[in-house]
Order: sequence, then structure tokens, then C-alpha cells
Amino acid sequence: MDVIPYTVEERKDTGVFNAKLGIWLFLASEVMLFGALFSTYVILRIGAEHWPHGASLLNVPIGTFNTAVLITSSVTMVFSWTSLKENNFARFKNFLGITILLALLFLVVKSFEYGAKFEHHHFPKESTFLAIYFTLTGLHALHIIGGIVVLTYFWGPGSKMWETQADRFTNRIEIVGLYWHFVDLVWIFLFPILYLL
Amino acid sequence: MSSGAHNLEKDIKKYKKIYFALLIFTVVTVLAAKFHLAVHLAIILALIIATFKASLVASFFMHLATERPVIYWLLIFTGFFFISMLLLIYVSHYSIYEGLHHVP
Repeated sequence: MDVIPYTVEERKDTGVFNAKLGIWLFLASEVMLFGALFSTYVILRIGAEHWPHGASLLNVPIGTFNTAVLITSSVTMVFSWTSLKENNFARFKNFLGITILLALLFLVVKSFEYGAKFEHHHFPKESTFLAIYFTLTGLHALHIIGGIVVLTYFWGPGSKMWETQADRFTNRIEIVGLYWHFVDLVWIFLFPILYLL
Repeated sequence: MSSGAHNLEKDIKKYKKIYFALLIFTVVTVLAAKFHLAVHLAIILALIIATFKASLVASFFMHLATERPVIYWLLIFTGFFFISMLLLIYVSHYSIYEGLHHVP
């Protein structure tokens, strides 16, 4: 008997397998977390007498490059899932591996960006803009790190499940994919409000 | 070829198109910022493009376009509480007599 029910088949009452409902509930809590910080940004910006243009403090080409990196990682993530749907495990490994590398690239670029800010003594305490910039991008970077840990697990030891429970493993990749796309989605809003406005 | 495999092939083509659309709209966002529009117009335009890009990601990469009603209901609840939170924070800073409190 399965200890956890409905890992593959859909529950009759919800119409989805349990993990999918679980991840969407988690993402709902994430909407509230980032939503609270976006609201904070709005209220700080409206209330401030002066607000710097993002491009005057941040590097727009680097931000644009990182946006493209994250969007590309989202599409390689979805291709890793479709590879499993096509029973092509080798291709799944390739696409998930590329996703992890792109996530790492995003972090490396972000760390260089942070380093450049610190060199110019642009710390969170210096201004309200920098405080909200470091809070929002720092929290987002933590989500990227969390994603890398989970993706690496499914690329490595976690992928053994494919041999014994292929459908369940495919569902797991769909679930971690939903999380990864959400992280991409948050950046889609962070990039213009911090870098371009 | 089975209909399932055919659908998957169609989906893969769709994902590629969405990927290019997302890249193009990222460039559009950056270019739009170079026009130096009035701040409120620039914010509205950037948010419209970002919302469009986010809806592409949510609808297709996250499969919301074909998701079950329980997920839609969950998101409607989330949206309601998110907007309530936004309004509560705004209202708590607003005075009828003085307008919005300035942040030092």
C-alpha cells in the first residue's frame, strides 16, 4: 500500500493529484510573501519625496541578460518535463542539467552585481531604494538557491525513482517546474520595477 | 503516431513560440524605458508588459490555461487576499486630511 495516496492518479474531489494541490497552496503563500514586499515597494515609492531612476544605480544590460537567462531556464525546465512525457530520460537529464547551470549563472551574475554595488558603498542602509532593492532581489536569490538544491536532487539521487515509479517521478518534475516558473514570474515583475522605472 | 505524442509535439512548438515572445517582450520593456515617458505612464506600460509576460508563463509553462477548477478557486482566493493586503497597507498610510504620509 502507498503511504501517500494520490501521487499519480487524480483525487475525485479535487481533480488533481495531491502534490499539485500542495504546490499551488505553497505558491499562494509565496504570492502573499512577495505581494507584501511589492506593496511595501509601492507605498515607499509613493511616499518618498525623491526616488532614483533604477537605471541610474543599477546595470540595465546585466539585468536584461539575467532576465533572458531566467526565461531560458524556464523553457529548459518545461522541456525536461516534456522529455519525461516522451519517455526520453537522457534528454530529461540534459535539459534539467542546463536548467541548473542557468540558475547558477543567474546567481553568479547577481553576485557580481552585488559586488559592484558594495564596492561603490551602495549598501541597504544608504537609501530606501537600495534597502528595498536588496530585500527583494535577496529574497528572490534565496528562492533561486532553494530551487537549485531541489533541481539538483532530482537530477541526481532523486532521479532513481524514474526506474521504479516513472509516472510519479514525472509528476514530481512537473511540481518542481511549477515552483521554478513562479520564481521566473516574480523576476519578470522585479526587473522593470527595480531596473527600468 | 498516437494523439498523445502528437499533442506533446504541438505543445513543444508552442513552448518555443512563447519563449521567443518572452524574449522579445523583455527587449520591448527595455526599449520602452528609453523613451523617457512620464513616470506614471512608464509604470503603467512596464506593468502591462510584465503582466502580459507573466500571463504567458502562468498560462502555458504552468499549464494554468488547462488547469482544474480547484486551482482557479485557490488563485481567486489568493488574488482577493493579495488585493486586500495591498489596499490595507495603502489605507493605513492615508489620511483624509493630509493625503499620503511621506516616508523620510
